[in-house]
Amino acid sequence: MITLIAAAPILSLLIWLPVLGAVIIFATGDASEASARSVRWVAFWTSLVELILALGLLAAFDSQRTGFQFVEKLAWLPHAGVSYHLGVDGISLLFVVMSALLTPIAIVASWREQRRVRAYMAAFLLLEALTIGMFESLDFLLFYVFFEGVLLPMYLIIGVWGGEQRVRAALRFFLFTLAGSLPMLLALVWMWHHAGTTDMVTLMHTSIPAAVQDWLFIAFLLAFGVKAAVWPLHSWLPDAYGEAPVAGTVMLAAVLSKMGSYGFLRFSLPMLPQATLYFAPLMLALGVIAIIYLSFAAFAQTDMKRMIAYSSAAHMGMIVVGIFTLTVEGIEGALFQMISHGLVIAALFLCVGVLLARGQSRLLEHLGGLAVRMPIFATFLMIFVLANVGLPGTSGFVGEVLILAGAIKVNFWLALLAGSGMVLSVMFMLVLVRRVLFDQSRSSVVLAPPDVGAGEWLMLAPLAVLVLVLGIHPDALTIPFDRAVHGLVQQTGGALAMKADLHHRMLAMVTR
Amino acid sequence: MSVLPILFIGLGGMVMLLAGVFARRDHSFAITAAAIIVLALAGRLVFIAPTGVVLHGLVVTNGFTRFADILVFLGAIGALAISITYNKRVGIGQFEYPVLVLFAVVGMIVLIGANDLLSLYVGFEIQSLALYVLAAFARGSLRSSEAGLKYFVLGALSSGLLLYGISLVYGFAGTTSFGGIAQAFSGDHAAMIGSSLGLVFVLVGLAFKISAAPFHMWTPDVYEGAPTAVTAFFATAPKVAVMALLVRVLLGPFGGMLIHWQALVEILAAASMIVGAIGGMRQNNIKRLMGYSAIGQMGYVLMGLAAGDAAAVRGVLIYLAIYVVMSLGVFGCIVAMSRKGRPVERIEDLAGMAAEDPRYALALAIFMWGLAGIPPLAGFFSKLYVFLAAIRAGLDGLAVIGIVTSLIAAVYYLRVIKVMYFDRGEPGFDARTVGMNAVIYASAAATALFILMPAPITEASTYAAHALMSAGF
Repeated sequence: MITLIAAAPILSLLIWLPVLGAVIIFATGDASEASARSVRWVAFWTSLVELILALGLLAAFDSQRTGFQFVEKLAWLPHAGVSYHLGVDGISLLFVVMSALLTPIAIVASWREQRRVRAYMAAFLLLEALTIGMFESLDFLLFYVFFEGVLLPMYLIIGVWGGEQRVRAALRFFLFTLAGSLPMLLALVWMWHHAGTTDMVTLMHTSIPAAVQDWLFIAFLLAFGVKAAVWPLHSWLPDAYGEAPVAGTVMLAAVLSKMGSYGFLRFSLPMLPQATLYFAPLMLALGVIAIIYLSFAAFAQTDMKRMIAYSSAAHMGMIVVGIFTLTVEGIEGALFQMISHGLVIAALFLCVGVLLARGQSRLLEHLGGLAVRMPIFATFLMIFVLANVGLPGTSGFVGEVLILAGAIKVNFWLALLAGSGMVLSVMFMLVLVRRVLFDQSRSSVVLAPPDVGAGEWLMLAPLAVLVLVLGIHPDALTIPFDRAVHGLVQQTGGALAMKADLHHRMLAMVTR
Repeated sequence: MSVLPILFIGLGGMVMLLAGVFARRDHSFAITAAAIIVLALAGRLVFIAPTGVVLHGLVVTNGFTRFADILVFLGAIGALAISITYNKRVGIGQFEYPVLVLFAVVGMIVLIGANDLLSLYVGFEIQSLALYVLAAFARGSLRSSEAGLKYFVLGALSSGLLLYGISLVYGFAGTTSFGGIAQAFSGDHAAMIGSSLGLVFVLVGLAFKISAAPFHMWTPDVYEGAPTAVTAFFATAPKVAVMALLVRVLLGPFGGMLIHWQALVEILAAASMIVGAIGGMRQNNIKRLMGYSAIGQMGYVLMGLAAGDAAAVRGVLIYLAIYVVMSLGVFGCIVAMSRKGRPVERIEDLAGMAAEDPRYALALAIFMWGLAGIPPLAGFFSKLYVFLAAIRAGLDGLAVIGIVTSLIAAVYYLRVIKVMYFDRGEPGFDARTVGMNAVIYASAAATALFILMPAPITEASTYAAHALMSAGF
């Protein structure tokens, strides 16, 4: 099996299989109910085979090797230095697997969707193909195509199947993201002109004049910052997360936001080391502001979905802090937290979906007392809430502790402020739990909602197991990306040739 | 032999004219089909005709003109294909329509191959006269007559400016041949300064035809007023022809005067991008919207041209090729917007399209996203190459304007998609004809799948650009 995977063009397969599924669905189905049923199954099986392939990739990946593996390279724009270049290293591998894991779950979560099922499922499969393609790209132009192409299915998912304010939310999402990524297009064109190629491996070893690096860094910050919803570029997020259908929110929060933080790791750090060092204090400050400000904003929400949305954005602030500590611990913590956050936030939004499917309100004031009526659901929700606040034994703990370990190397106050986010998130997540599960005074809209069904077990149980297993065995994640992160830190530091001085200077800049 | 395509199309047009006049019954369908075949054959002839200069230096054939000729034919064929039954439906099914299109195409290929300011002007006028008639082709319709008249008056003005500019250039250079002008200006600084005034007039005259701001005022009105099949033709073939000519004139005889015209082209580009982006915001009529869209798109082409080197030519050609395909597709979709034989043109009329006819909606969405320049659609690559040309030439400010305007323009392109996908309604459009479907689906497939095989177009453009730059003009 493993040798087979090593020989096959598995990365291309991972991109094109969902595309094929989407084309089949769009080309064959019609508007009938029978067709909708078969469309759901086609979509589910496509994404399941995709998951199996991705797990095969994970098994075949050699975590002892540095550099990119399963590399594929085909001519695309000849004479222009642009090729169809794919490959994964420890950093991108896990995101490929996570995207492949969450898509079938998203499809199961939308099993009851009745409106235009064909287009819905096709959009999700295309979304999967584009996100996976983005994580696999080793060519900047190819990366950009996938990065921005994600907008198309997501715009439709929010706009067609979303809530009441869907049109506004979809437009805001589209325009914010486009406004962020167009400057990156200029950066792409400039780097293409400068290096004569868009090959990312080459670009990582191309030295860029320091004066230009700052501009490029800002362009990347806009593009990746909007996607990762870094404060203050997050203002599209509450609308989009709140209005998208549950499965769409899952993909947005779990996968699409990671495209931004992945971009920082893949582009900003290795390609623009001087600018990264120069802007690191700013990024740390933005991250800390996001953690604290968005936590308070989450506290003020009356809508369960929006509360989780703000919580998600606050945790993205933590990830940004981890990345820009520029230490091995911080970056590993950020990576761990990216995966953990992906799983946990997805699960929390799925829990909202479970309630919505029972005709429950999203408004906290209408909910209450579900711990008695839905004990299994309450258990799941509790696990994910505790993972979200970073309780030891869950995956959330490992990531946050590693990030704080990296942060304290940079600056004590940074670690303290970032750590306060953990306290704040406990505050509002426990409020959420109390209102939803325990507050007996409020009666639920539906008096006796049925507990978790088979389909919902299928969505929530794997996530719960993963969250707990990763909390106990964090090395399952850290081993694959350990070498890649060491290489990244060395490269960023080595390009500066002043690594010893690095922490000292940053300390001065932050405390000044 | 180099003028073979011109002769072939011209003679074909005349034969059809005679056939139409002497035929007892209405043969407009057969004549339209024949015109498409003539154009397709002419596309082959373009490659048979040898490269070089003919007619005492009046007309030239090289890789660049071939590329532009093919694009013109493509635009004309597409516009004819969607007109086949549409024209009959709206009561303008006369056989003169395809004949006039052919005559306009003759003018365009003379224009593209012009190697002398006089043949340039002759080609310009042959094309324009046919286009004036086409704009007013629905002579029973007030709007169409108005469009024709507007186009005629402003077109005559632009011809006048062009001719005046030509006479000024002739006065300073002492010759009208492109080669002669280039020679006359090499080293002679005074003549160069003087004739730059003439160049301004030439530029303005041509800017009218490609609807570059601030000479764009006729565009929305004519786009809206002319019958849709005619608008489809207006949006594609003449734009390609005049833009190709502009490239040849600016980089050929006036290539040594780059510093004199670069700023002008930059201003035209910036103004067009801004007008196109802002003007389209409040449009309700989809044809007017496309008018503003065309203004903006021409701005991007001009941005590429402003760079003024081989990369610029390549960017312009790729842009034009993709633009022609996407425009044809959009107009194919617009032509299909009719209820009980009556065309409807408001954007709201598309409400609910995605639920009723997902294939149509997807195709139109692909065009709109493509025009907005969102990857993975072809429109992204066209923008990419002009941005590359601009950044290479150090036109950073212009590139930033281009970025901002494409963000603004995305709002109105998205609105069309929003109406089709998010709003509820029952469009209930008439069944589409084979011609419309062929144009819509072929263009949509080309726009969406360009990413899989971009090499043929980009390589051909690179080749054409080098053919132009090495020939000098």
